[in-house]
Amino acid sequence: MIAIVNGEMEEIDGNPSILELLAIKNVERPDMVSVELNGVILKRNEFGSVKLNENDAIEFLYFMGGGFN
Amino acid sequence: MKLNDEQIERYGRNIILKEVGGSGQERLLESKVLIIGAGGLGSPAALYLAAAGVGTIGIVDGDRVDLSNLQRQIIHFTGDVGERKTESAKEKIEFLNPDVRVKTYDEIATSNNILDIIHDYDFIVDGTDNFPAKFLINDACVMSGRPFSHAGILMFYGQTITVLPHESACFRCLFLGPPPPGSVPSCREAGILGGVAGLFGTIQAVEALKYILGTGGLLAGRLLTVDTLTMSFREIKVKKNPRCPVCGENPAITSLVDYEQEACNLKI
Repeated sequence: MIAIVNGEMEEIDGNPSILELLAIKNVERPDMVSVELNGVILKRNEFGSVKLNENDAIEFLYFMGGGFN
Repeated sequence: MKLNDEQIERYGRNIILKEVGGSGQERLLESKVLIIGAGGLGSPAALYLAAAGVGTIGIVDGDRVDLSNLQRQIIHFTGDVGERKTESAKEKIEFLNPDVRVKTYDEIATSNNILDIIHDYDFIVDGTDNFPAKFLINDACVMSGRPFSHAGILMFYGQTITVLPHESACFRCLFLGPPPPGSVPSCREAGILGGVAGLFGTIQAVEALKYILGTGGLLAGRLLTVDTLTMSFREIKVKKNPRCPVCGENPAITSLVDYEQEACNLKI
């Protein structure tokens, strides 16, 4: 199916859960990202249960720290 | 206030912009911007805000200048090593523009002092280097209705968003709470190219100036992410999150939280 991942249209096999998609995309630590699905920020405990559907738009938002001492 | 001849000359390139003009320049001179963290982000932000004639600039930082800071923290010079960052920054700002009144807070922002500090300012620039501070600034600004610019940088990457409390998405709308300790590397561990800090601190200064001038479109509801290795800029639209623990419909966080500083970010 087709989904928009981080702004790019992509062909994705099956309809993976968000957790599975993070693994497909080589995001090793799901703790490091916030996930926005069709404009809605998901709770971390929803990553396993929510599935990606045709034409969904998903964004991985990464924690990024700061100016640093 | 009325601009004098010297000010008309000093700020001529601002004043000639129709979005600024004489009245906009006067507004800048009457405005107050607080910069939390006089480091990689805060240095360029402070210099551009001072040069533009922001009348009062507050600087919050409890650190002293270290030799390893100078690669990116451009408001501090070699001779400042060992000095308080607030004093070093104040000195440069006053050299650059005597119109600016600098207020220094030689302390770390905490749940005990932050509301009192931000209370006096029109806009806040978050130039801090750690997640506990970023969440604290977000929550304090949302609770007291102060607009602010968030930025985070690492290696060759960065992201920034402007938050208009209760109008646009806040930092916690996107990131519900700090990441687990150790899950995200710090610049200390992973490095940061100085110019990347400069790019983001400069964006933060421009956002502050536009907010004061009431002109243009702020980065509110838009997270700007930049990969400077490929020099690609991307914007992610983000909505206010109704489940946000601080600005959502049913906020769980109603008082400020001091998260534990991650061990990996502590200065040893």
